Amino acid sequence: MSEVVNVDVKLGVNKFHVDEGHPHIILKDNPDMNEYRKLVNACPAGLYKLEDDGSIRFDSAGCLECGTCKFLCGETILEKWEYPRGTFGIEYRYG
Amino acid sequence: MSEESFDAIIVGAGLAGCVAAYVLAKEGADVLVIERGNYAGSKNMTGGRLYAHSLEKIIPGFAKEAPIERKVTKEKVTFLTDDTGVTLDYHNGRDQTAVEESYTLLRGDFDQWLMGKAEEVGAQFITGIRVEEILTQDGKVIGVKADGDELTAKSVILAEGVNPVLGEQLGMVKRVKSDAMAVGAKELIELPQKVIQDRFNLNDDEGCAWLFAGSPANGLMGGGFIYTNKSSVSLGIVCGLHDIGSSDKTVPQMLEDFKNHAMIKPLIEGGKLIEYSGHVVPEAGIHMVPKLVDDGVLITGDAAGFCLNIGYTVRGMDLAIASGEAAAKAVLAAREKNDFSAQGLSSYQTLLEDSFIMKDLKLYKELPKFMENPRIFNEYPKMVADIMQSMFTVDGTPSQPIRKTLMKHCKEVGYMNLIKDGIKGVTSI
Repeated sequence: MSEVVNVDVKLGVNKFHVDEGHPHIILKDNPDMNEYRKLVNACPAGLYKLEDDGSIRFDSAGCLECGTCKFLCGETILEKWEYPRGTFGIEYRYG
Repeated sequence: MSEESFDAIIVGAGLAGCVAAYVLAKEGADVLVIERGNYAGSKNMTGGRLYAHSLEKIIPGFAKEAPIERKVTKEKVTFLTDDTGVTLDYHNGRDQTAVEESYTLLRGDFDQWLMGKAEEVGAQFITGIRVEEILTQDGKVIGVKADGDELTAKSVILAEGVNPVLGEQLGMVKRVKSDAMAVGAKELIELPQKVIQDRFNLNDDEGCAWLFAGSPANGLMGGGFIYTNKSSVSLGIVCGLHDIGSSDKTVPQMLEDFKNHAMIKPLIEGGKLIEYSGHVVPEAGIHMVPKLVDDGVLITGDAAGFCLNIGYTVRGMDLAIASGEAAAKAVLAAREKNDFSAQGLSSYQTLLEDSFIMKDLKLYKELPKFMENPRIFNEYPKMVADIMQSMFTVDGTPSQPIRKTLMKHCKEVGYMNLIKDGIKGVTSI
């Protein structure tokens, strides 16, 4: 029953207004990996990625603005968490 | 500083915000709603079901004109393991009064309609503006700063949702520990109306609300859900954040596996994903309710932690609506006395205490702790599946009395655990 999920494909059907150059979530440099792994597991958008070589890759562009990472790791490894500026970010057509 | 001063500025055009605006404007108050998205509902999502009672009292007969999807007449609860499912299936064919009914809905349409109702009675509404800061003077809230502009108001109603950035900024909301929160992920899957009705055994405008405990959340606190809409199904999972670090599956993977479960897959076969959404869900009940009112400010809806997960029902929207109404009434009372201090707005607290909101939150105050019990999501689904399998398997070996079969499977969980959880479960609901 286990097919590996491709979240990027799912995000692809959503409507986003990306605020180029103004990321609304910024990770601290060299984040604690135990904390980071929580976000790898929890982020519904799969934005916190672990590469095969163990390096990390994060991009706030497909963010669903759900707040999970703020509640899980707000103090530990997030440099900044805020909502995107007005009009930007996810736009749910159905919700 | 702007010259204009509103009776209330409402931050957020979700259900609490829209309802507060409607109730205030209807009584002639000057009210402005500020929404950071491009339209009301553009940042909002729901699992999918509204219990009608609280909105019915404010806009009687709303379901006749509002963009609801289906009226829920079928309730299902399933204990799911990776390869089994045991379901309780209830069809409600009895007549219900309007306040007893519940509907599946999608927030994009619904919130826009509700905001439209508020605008019809005179509420002002601006979109695409993010409130960055609440303005205070001598400890009293006097307005908001949004996109660099300062707007003053006699009161501010925070209806900013489950992640109350501004409530935290004011120190009214203490950041709850992540173990009080869950995350939900949902797919909206488009299917022809006829197919939905056939697969879920529904008549024309009937809908199904279906909750799943067990394997959808990979054995963590949480579960799965399916709500049928007109020509789509809302399918998702909710997973407690408590132990997420030790999960061997990601949340998106849990959702994918749930979709591919042999029991679920045929229901959505051929469907097309049209939206993928995610949101934090407040799970701590009354334990996370913040300071609700202060000088010039009130907190409503999800931002106030007004959410009830009772296992077989999940409620938030009816609480948001009722709290938006209560906040509006409190502002109207303050306006009458021209006293927008915490004291002047204190009827908010009283209205909430007297309403189902605080009463229900208090009634279920032990439930969040009970729900952390991993047996509910691991051992009990397996136990009922094992019992069913024993009952329904005929292989020619001599049959055992059912009592013995039951006892054998109960023993695996442990009689003491069963008794303990039974008592705790019953006393917490």
